[in-house]
Amino acid sequence: MIHKSLKQLSQALAAKEISSVELSTLFLDRIERLNPEINAFVTVDREKTLKMAAAADARIAAGSAGPLTGIPIAQKDIFCAEGWRTTCGSKILANFVAPYDATVIEKMHRDAGMVSLGKTNMDEFAMGSSNETSFFGPVKNPWDRARVPGGSSGGSAAAIAARLAPAATGTDTGGSIRQPAALCNLTGLKPTYGVVSRYGMIAYASSLDQGGPMGASAEDCALLLNTMAGFDPRDSTSLERPAEDYARDLDKPLAGLRIGLPKEFFGEGCDAAVMAAVQDAIAEYRRLGASTVEVSLPNSHLSVPAYYVIAPAEASSNLSRFDGVRYGYRAPDYGNLDDMYMKTRAQGFGDEVKRRIMIGAYVLSHGYYDAYYLQAQRIRRLIANDFVAAFESCDVILGPTSPTTAFKLGEKSADPVQMYLSDIYTIAVNLAGLPGMALPCGFAGGLPVGLQLIGNYFDEARLLNVAHRYQQATDWHQRRPEGIE
Amino acid sequence: MSLTTEQVKRIAHLARIEVSESEALTTQGHLNGIFELIEQMQAVDTTGVEPMAHAQDVSQRLRTDAVSETDRRAAYQAVAPETEAGLYLVPKVIE
Repeated sequence: MIHKSLKQLSQALAAKEISSVELSTLFLDRIERLNPEINAFVTVDREKTLKMAAAADARIAAGSAGPLTGIPIAQKDIFCAEGWRTTCGSKILANFVAPYDATVIEKMHRDAGMVSLGKTNMDEFAMGSSNETSFFGPVKNPWDRARVPGGSSGGSAAAIAARLAPAATGTDTGGSIRQPAALCNLTGLKPTYGVVSRYGMIAYASSLDQGGPMGASAEDCALLLNTMAGFDPRDSTSLERPAEDYARDLDKPLAGLRIGLPKEFFGEGCDAAVMAAVQDAIAEYRRLGASTVEVSLPNSHLSVPAYYVIAPAEASSNLSRFDGVRYGYRAPDYGNLDDMYMKTRAQGFGDEVKRRIMIGAYVLSHGYYDAYYLQAQRIRRLIANDFVAAFESCDVILGPTSPTTAFKLGEKSADPVQMYLSDIYTIAVNLAGLPGMALPCGFAGGLPVGLQLIGNYFDEARLLNVAHRYQQATDWHQRRPEGIE
Repeated sequence: MSLTTEQVKRIAHLARIEVSESEALTTQGHLNGIFELIEQMQAVDTTGVEPMAHAQDVSQRLRTDAVSETDRRAAYQAVAPETEAGLYLVPKVIE
């Protein structure tokens, strides 16, 4: 039961083969048994979960269930969920119980009737690529418990890989859905900016942040995106577009598909074994009827530098709200108001968050704004233009998700720049606002390798189709870590 | 570009984050490493390129000026460190 797809779970629930309470209990028991070591969840509340499951069972019995009613899911702890502790991986929010629901939470639980298994661990304020910046300790990769699961949605990724949850939500500002999905043998989708509401999703870099689904397959992600996406008047950057069925094109044949291979993604900088798996995937796509064409993203090498100006600038503004006044942690001893702010923030934030806030404060400060912030925004335009040009000759862009497989815990935590470079293939997508996916495409040294697919604006259904057809022809996504039966 | 310890302390103050001497030194090393990465941008001629603030070129949507939220002050203040009579308490600012 724990390995079934969301569609299969939906059928099992509809056929009364299992109740939502039974299904949720199955996963809660696994969390209880395995989470002490994996550390994928930071908050679990059996009573709340089972209450939601019982309500879902009532909906199923009354015949008013939707396709995902009663299916349990893990929520990244960046989404405010009323009555649930919502920490964003930070000490400063360690005791914060959200007084309202994020739109994503409302849509998935209240509207779709999904059951929350709890809140998953993450890099503090989504700033990290290894889940090691969490106040609640690192998450272990179920494929090798001496290694990181990736980040920042590392808890969500590890939870699915260890089958502590059938699926999870993530958020992606520079690769935080795709990179952990790649490192944990999962499928994850970062939608076009503006497709999923950011209301109630704790902000890191508002012009880049985007929530999305993580699961075992493209089909699961399509079903989840159907519940997550949609216009929301409460998010000023939410896009007013007609509702879509993201699963509509899953089975479409790939004959005639033009896959763009950016030469910058196939040069130096990528691990050879990772590249070999990506090349095998390209060969598989050719067998499926797709053609490939070389494209160029000449400014992609500037995406990491530009990102580390833009994201910290936005973060320094967004995180100014954590001042010990309205919610969250307040330092126990302080003098005047300024001292209270300074001590609260010094004690409440971890090192990486402090670094990014300081970079942001600096690049926005008088005399540096033009040289850093405006220059980064101009480069952002060049990067976005590169994609526009590339999509003139192809339908999707393909490459690696991460230059390496999962690295060892502690391996990169002493050097921020080395950590930042693990997102070299994902960050440009956020700067441009495009949809991107990661999906399993093989193994290197026993560790999963993730393929990345990048689509044009609003081409989520096509990306899911391209991923799904590959998953019909391969079984990489069905491989399981040792000991996870 | 290389930040001095004094500059790091000034930035920390701008960001309202207290730093000790030793923290300022460690932070200085890390920030300088990051700025070395960022400096790669300076080699690019971006004359005439329109800065891109946002992924979608859409104008800010305006809502009608009508009451849309209910009064949830009690719920929101329940999570505050210190409140009294519906007010947030902070150290005295005006003597």
